[in-house]
Amino acid sequence: MTVVAAPGKQLKPARILLGALVALLFAFFMAPFAMVVLNSSKTSREIIYNAIALPESWGQLLTNVRLIFTNPTVDYLGAFWDSTVITFLSLVVIVLFSSMCAWVLVRSKSVWSAVLFMAFVAAMVIPFQVLMYPLVRWMRVIGDALNFRLLGTVRGIVFAYLGFGCPLSIFIFHGFIKNIPYELEESATIDGCSQGRTFFLVVFPLLKPIIVTVLILNGIWIWNDYLLPLLVLGSNGVVQTIPIAVTAFAGAYLKQWDLILTSTLIAMLPIIVLYLFAQRYIIKGMVEGAIK
Amino acid sequence: MRRHRLVSILFVAPCVFAFAMNILIPFGFGLYYSMTDWNGVNPDINFVGFDNFAGLFSSPDFIYSFLITVAYTAINIVLVNAVSFGLSLIVTGRIRGRNFLRAGFFIPYLIGGIVLGYIWQFIFNNALVAVGKSLSIAALQTSFLSRPGSVIWIMAVVNTWQYAGYIMLIYVAAIQGIPASLMEAAEVDGANYPTRIFKILMPMMANAFTISLFLTLTTSFKQFDMNLTLTNGGPATRFMDTPIKASQLLAMNIFSTATANRMAEAQAKAVVLFVALVVVALLQVAANKKKEVEL
Repeated sequence: MTVVAAPGKQLKPARILLGALVALLFAFFMAPFAMVVLNSSKTSREIIYNAIALPESWGQLLTNVRLIFTNPTVDYLGAFWDSTVITFLSLVVIVLFSSMCAWVLVRSKSVWSAVLFMAFVAAMVIPFQVLMYPLVRWMRVIGDALNFRLLGTVRGIVFAYLGFGCPLSIFIFHGFIKNIPYELEESATIDGCSQGRTFFLVVFPLLKPIIVTVLILNGIWIWNDYLLPLLVLGSNGVVQTIPIAVTAFAGAYLKQWDLILTSTLIAMLPIIVLYLFAQRYIIKGMVEGAIK
Repeated sequence: MRRHRLVSILFVAPCVFAFAMNILIPFGFGLYYSMTDWNGVNPDINFVGFDNFAGLFSSPDFIYSFLITVAYTAINIVLVNAVSFGLSLIVTGRIRGRNFLRAGFFIPYLIGGIVLGYIWQFIFNNALVAVGKSLSIAALQTSFLSRPGSVIWIMAVVNTWQYAGYIMLIYVAAIQGIPASLMEAAEVDGANYPTRIFKILMPMMANAFTISLFLTLTTSFKQFDMNLTLTNGGPATRFMDTPIKASQLLAMNIFSTATANRMAEAQAKAVVLFVALVVVALLQVAANKKKEVEL
């Protein structure tokens, strides 16, 4: 890393002051996490008595976690599983279909491909609020007409995530594929590769770095998303996601912060652990996604 | 050649189908419903023209929500960008542990709005109040979230906590794209640190500032999740002689209108939000065009 913006030679006190300031700032960024861990290890009574004291026994954390996972009103373990399945399946279809679509849009020089691409890009301006209620109504109408339920099902929400995730993903893939030399595909075609094989055997493997970006951008969004699952799956449907389960907890156990905070801790743990392992990729993916 | 075409159509079909079913068709209905008397219950939906829109501009809760959303967005643009620019200077500087710091500052962005809303609600309603009690600081003993005047500032602080690490990454990428020799030359020529920042670094980063500005603008304008779980719109206050919720931003106002079965009215409000975002997007395109001309 190049050091470009650093203050030059400094007097000692200024350095110490700067260090202290940075430490303070860092503490502000980390404090909420400390509060969560601290209070997830307390009983409700302890929290009401003093929210900033150290817990009487850290073992209470395990008790609270067990209370969450065995809770009779909110099936947290089920929500955890559903969230994982929904995120995983959505990412698979988004990456596969968006890359296929983007490739055709780049390589075919027809008016249609230009129009389609413009439509995908323009749609990114539409806020979810305009679509959400008509979408639910439309899904119900279609589901009834075809006898194929979309509301309240995993397939319904994965299909919705493909629709909402593909514009940005196509846009990102489009930018990347444009810079892949066409000669590669040409020689594959001359060697007798069909169009489908050319894509999956020649082009798709080249997309690896940008696939990581698309996975990260969509993965963080889908894992944390609240409104779409709420509308498609309902607040107490059979299929649940973690954000819905967390709000269900907060609604059912009003002000029982021991349970609410433990449920938030469990909700954010997987993504933080993943981040600690794949930090380099995640940071790179986020920057690329933002700049494009 | 015909076969070629068929494969192309098959390749674009899944995305085009999902896009049409989830975005295009609902969008069309969405525009239409905003001009009807749809209430979510009655299957008869009648066209009423622009009545819903006419009603909006005399309804205090909508005007209030629109105004505080604009205020909230303005606060965020300044706060988020100032903090993240500061952070980017820290983590590209000579300070020890800068990679560790950069990784840490980014973590809040990974936490969903729903989850972090509850966490900060706890901090403001319980933790800070507890600090106030144990240190006998009167100012901390009533929660900041129960004060109508300051609540959107508190939300902006939480939003800054969430987004600063992300915007920081954009600035870091921009700073690393500037040739190191440029800054060194300025240092040799005797330019002090602030001069180097304001006269060389910041002008070179103009593009990153534009990106971050619009990113902050659109995310703040659409803010919903954190609004719901941090304040749920509260506390109560009064505006134009009507009781309203002090921190109910536009997206949440739409949500609560629809929850009250006033679907068509919610739809009209959402169309206003859409138009506002289109204006912002056009401004962004214009800003980018202008930059291209300059280059």
